[in-house]
Amino acid sequence: MDDPFLLAGRTYRSRLIVGTGKYASFAETRKAIEASGAEIVTVAVRRVNITDPGKENLLDHLPSDRFTILPNTAGCYTVEDAVRTCRLAREAGVGTLVKLEVIGDERTLFPDVPATIEAARVLVKEGFQVLPYVTDDPIACKRLEEIGCAAVMPLAAPIGSGLGIRNPFNLRIIIEQSRVPVIVDAGVGTASHAAEALELGCDAVLMNTAIAGAKDALLMAEAMRLGVEAGRKAFRAGRIPAKLYATASSPLDGLIR
Amino acid sequence: MDFSAPRWQIFNGVRITVNDEPRELPAEATVADLVAGLALGPRRIAVEVNQAVVPRAEYEEHRLAEGDAVEIIHFVGGG
Repeated sequence: MDDPFLLAGRTYRSRLIVGTGKYASFAETRKAIEASGAEIVTVAVRRVNITDPGKENLLDHLPSDRFTILPNTAGCYTVEDAVRTCRLAREAGVGTLVKLEVIGDERTLFPDVPATIEAARVLVKEGFQVLPYVTDDPIACKRLEEIGCAAVMPLAAPIGSGLGIRNPFNLRIIIEQSRVPVIVDAGVGTASHAAEALELGCDAVLMNTAIAGAKDALLMAEAMRLGVEAGRKAFRAGRIPAKLYATASSPLDGLIR
Repeated sequence: MDFSAPRWQIFNGVRITVNDEPRELPAEATVADLVAGLALGPRRIAVEVNQAVVPRAEYEEHRLAEGDAVEIIHFVGGG
């Protein structure tokens, strides 16, 4: 495989990780995922409605031989709830990979960083492969890596905001210092944002709303796939340095007089 | 008032909550009985009793007791 993405001991072709929330149907979810080319998909852990469990379940549409299922701890505000959610997810039988989020505030959905670090410590000790959602803070990312997280997932901007990468300089520092994959998680709004993340040197990007909330989710899923591919290729190609003044592209010799 | 009817029904089962909903089960009911009775199909689930995960292998032997708080989760769409 050319330029594989290595995460928690497995290799992937795609550097786009997608969420499964906010879709109108399971069929639409599946189609959008197919269009995105993603091989890792996030899911949420929630109570079964025991009075009306429904016939179908999301995972019926996401065969485990094709997709790595990444359960999240979305909606958890405490270490205890996040750890509990991960234990339940593991027991449900989708493996040990978890997307850890410990939310600190309802309006911004910014992570509670100390609680995230504490929860990560517990989960790593219990054998989980932890992918923590964290602010774009190099020190927090360093701590999470030291604890033994399988990757760090700094946000580009608030979840679902579509604002794009607000602090590319912090991200560059995080990328430079990290020995685990850096995955931009949250805040991407359109394909150029995804491309930018990869151009900066992020290993992958994770998104949900940008695709599911687009007028044409399938078309946006494809746009994101191409954006991620373009960004990764541009990163590997090594871009020219940005300069203030022009450099001519055409030769100066042989001009007509 | 009708005094011919028995004034108390003796309840021999266990009263528990499942995802915060009250349920009555026969005495000696296990987690396996509870799950089987919910018709959840083949989906992946996990069960917690009083905030401790019950491994699948223990469903058959784990008896539910009066007042137990059971959580049953599955996976739904999320980001």
